[in-house]
Amino acid sequence: MKNLKFTSLLAMSLVLVLFSFMPDKGVYEIGDKVEDFKLKGVDDQWVSLSEYMGEEGVILVFTCNTCPYAQLYEDRLIELHNTFSSQGFPVLAVNPNDPNMKPGDSFDAMKDRNAEKNFPYPYLMDTEQKVFPQYGATRTPEIFLLDKNMTLQYTGAIDDNPQDPSSVGTEYVADAINAIKAGKTPDPTKTKAIGCGIKVKKEQG
Amino acid sequence: MSVVRLFLLGFFLTTGFLVKGQSNMPPILDFASLEPYLHKSNDTTYVVNFWATWCKPCVEELPYFEKVNTDFASEKVKVLLVSMDFKNQIEKKLIPFIEEEKISSEVLVLHAPNANEWIDKVDERWTGALPATIVYRNDQKIFHGEQFENYQQLNNLIKSLN
Repeated sequence: MKNLKFTSLLAMSLVLVLFSFMPDKGVYEIGDKVEDFKLKGVDDQWVSLSEYMGEEGVILVFTCNTCPYAQLYEDRLIELHNTFSSQGFPVLAVNPNDPNMKPGDSFDAMKDRNAEKNFPYPYLMDTEQKVFPQYGATRTPEIFLLDKNMTLQYTGAIDDNPQDPSSVGTEYVADAINAIKAGKTPDPTKTKAIGCGIKVKKEQG
Repeated sequence: MSVVRLFLLGFFLTTGFLVKGQSNMPPILDFASLEPYLHKSNDTTYVVNFWATWCKPCVEELPYFEKVNTDFASEKVKVLLVSMDFKNQIEKKLIPFIEEEKISSEVLVLHAPNANEWIDKVDERWTGALPATIVYRNDQKIFHGEQFENYQQLNNLIKSLN
């Protein structure tokens, strides 16, 4: 009897110890390896993160059609892609918004926007809204820079001046990429920016 | 005498018109100028909302802030609407919006490009997503980083500090 009690106690502590080693289900932090995802793009092709990413990494951005801050950065994202895709860091854009909350961010509207802007990178829709919460993304546009090991290296703003590209002082994403390429840790690894809150689907009922 | 009266009338009408014209133009502040509004120490509860006319959830919840002005008229509660409308949209969008919606709360425009430098100074819990609201009274402070679901939610926050 005493032995049984001891065994069950041991078993319970073992379970506790095991649980403490389980991967954290919280949002990704800097240094975390991210899971793969697969989402449909405006050309009706499915794109998986792991297959799409470049030799050195990927510039993942949660962005959308309608947010004025996202619009301010459209051309700069195209520029980032054109500069860095050949260096192994292409852009991958994901629209996290629920189109019921924001019709201008529907899949069809994304196709229209893509036709106007001719994005040189895939523009995917997080239809089930399961990807952006893993990243803890809250606004558009918001950058998540991954290295070749799919490890999160930098998150936040693209640069420090949304309204006036000609007055940008610090290009956070470009600087972070250059740091990674030089074998260094980006500094800063996190920045904040004003953006539009992601439109989350309302619970039914 | 009547000429003087007419002149005076004209003078008052003109100045009145000018003053009215000016009052519709919300002041444009950089962050250093806005910061004192976030740290007033007196017995008033301040409700500071960050918004923009192009932000749908922000516009949806604006009536709640306006209702605070009426519901707490006899108490020391002050609403401040900090607009993040772009500088070139102030005359085209913001001022017509304030006039059409008859916004009675004080409106300021924050023009501070490098948000990474000041978002944490508003509140470390703020990611930068709009809308965002702080409700504070002296050292007590509540941060609300999303749209209010209803007026009662905002009302409860204010009452919890009063």
